[in-house]
Amino acid sequence: MSQALSAGAAKQKQTSRNGVTLPLIAPSVLLLLAWSIIPLLMTLWYSFQHYNLVDPTQTGFAGIDNYRYLLTDPDFWTSLINTLILVGGTLVITVCGGTLLAVLYDTEFPGRAIARLLVIAPFFVMPTVAALVWKNLMLHPIYGVVSAAFRAVGLTPVDWFAQFPLLTVVGIVSWEWLPFAVLILLTAVQSLDHEQREAARMDGAGAIASFFYITLPHLRRAIGVVIMIETIFLLTIFAEISVTTAGGPGVASTNLAFLIYARALLQFDVGGGSAGGVIAIVLANIVAFFLVRSIARNLEV
Amino acid sequence: MRNSLFQKTLLTVLGWGIALVMFFPIFWMFLTGFKSELDAVSTPPHLFFHPTLQSYVEVQGRANYFRFAMNSVVISVGGTVLALILAIPAAYVMAFFPTSRTRGTLLWMLSTKMLPPVGVLIPIYLLMRSSGLLDTRTGLILVYMLMNLPIVVWMLFTFFKEVPRDILEAGRMDGAGRLGELRHVLLPLSLPGVASTGLLSLILCWNEAFWSLNLTSSNAAPLTAFIASFSSPEGLFFGKLSAASTLAVAPILIFGWLSQRQLVRGLTFGAVK
Repeated sequence: MSQALSAGAAKQKQTSRNGVTLPLIAPSVLLLLAWSIIPLLMTLWYSFQHYNLVDPTQTGFAGIDNYRYLLTDPDFWTSLINTLILVGGTLVITVCGGTLLAVLYDTEFPGRAIARLLVIAPFFVMPTVAALVWKNLMLHPIYGVVSAAFRAVGLTPVDWFAQFPLLTVVGIVSWEWLPFAVLILLTAVQSLDHEQREAARMDGAGAIASFFYITLPHLRRAIGVVIMIETIFLLTIFAEISVTTAGGPGVASTNLAFLIYARALLQFDVGGGSAGGVIAIVLANIVAFFLVRSIARNLEV
Repeated sequence: MRNSLFQKTLLTVLGWGIALVMFFPIFWMFLTGFKSELDAVSTPPHLFFHPTLQSYVEVQGRANYFRFAMNSVVISVGGTVLALILAIPAAYVMAFFPTSRTRGTLLWMLSTKMLPPVGVLIPIYLLMRSSGLLDTRTGLILVYMLMNLPIVVWMLFTFFKEVPRDILEAGRMDGAGRLGELRHVLLPLSLPGVASTGLLSLILCWNEAFWSLNLTSSNAAPLTAFIASFSSPEGLFFGKLSAASTLAVAPILIFGWLSQRQLVRGLTFGAVK
């Protein structure tokens, strides 16, 4: 934000063109300005108010009551830790898996093009479908395919959502986002100079050495971009939790996004939900700062 | 020689094995959609069965699938077209008449995308409720347009940058105005770029499941919300869930496969090419 303002204050190179071009760009800028500022200020404002949608007696300035209430609520801390596990766990699985798969699908083998299409397919499945197909067709303790496979090898099927609610959600979300990592990293691997790799092989570097000394350094930037973009989306995972566990049992699989939703739209506590919203925004902004900086380095105008 | 043959076989088995495991849930969903409800919950699961369209018929008959699908189409197309209409002139100006502000504006647009939706859920919900836009197609179209505008501007910007300036200047010599130049010279030249930008926006709108679940209930509910209604099961529903899911996923899966190259560019804001 401050970047735009300071850039705006700077002198323009071509003032004469401004008159003709401004009407073309102004609608987008004004709409985005409204979309990013007004709700943000409202969330901030509500977070300092007593405001309950079904209890009109609660009004007036709340000071830091909403924040104090939230920060002393064990459910909030559980949801914050759950958010970190959800983001961290998914990142580890998708980035490590994505890097290895990108290298695998960069090498030639029969039917590679089709295998690639199959691997990236889950990314295009809408979140509610992904979550419910996994919950019912795959992991249902009686009818699920995974349970049938467990029985076939003599194991007792597991009731995944009851016993490991958060880890199961991590698994489903990883299934959706691993293809994203593969898609991006594969593109990056393919831009690697093949002559360089050939030269390394001539010099006697094995596959493992050339992975660590050539491929991985080359992928560093792309991996950074994958981590940051995934983090932005993973911080506010909602549908996958809402349709499988509804945050439960208890708050075992409640993340920050689901907690805010539950506070505001199920318990009608606008003030408390908004305080959670402000915290979510602060968290996202820490990541966004690094993402924008890294993209800015690559931007040519 | 033997070693390399062994390696090649291993790679092929690994590559295909992982691909099949990743794709299996989608394949199984597709298959289950053609099973009768009894077949769908048989233990152990059947790979071979007598295919039937019963679930597809029931999904349409009971839940009026068509209305949800229509909502998805109208909202996704509406949001995408509006975003394109706003973004094309903006990207054109930034690509061909850059000023010292352009860089800052682009990065600022990107940063608006970083605002987590859940942080502004409450004000947007309350604003929609007080303006009567809650559970309307118009409401979601507006939200989706704003949600995708930064990505659309960015992607168009990177495509427009690739059009040689000389061609545009030649058009200007012939007396074409700004808008004429945009419409008759630039758009035809960068049509593939505009098309893949639109496609990415369509995919993002179609699969969006935060705003659609929170801002709609019945009238404007798109397919994401319809599928979510299967989360409280009643009786045998695996077949119907699978049939409805297959219909909801199939078009986007095909679009995604066709445009995977361009998607990388759009999804990483041009940082990975």
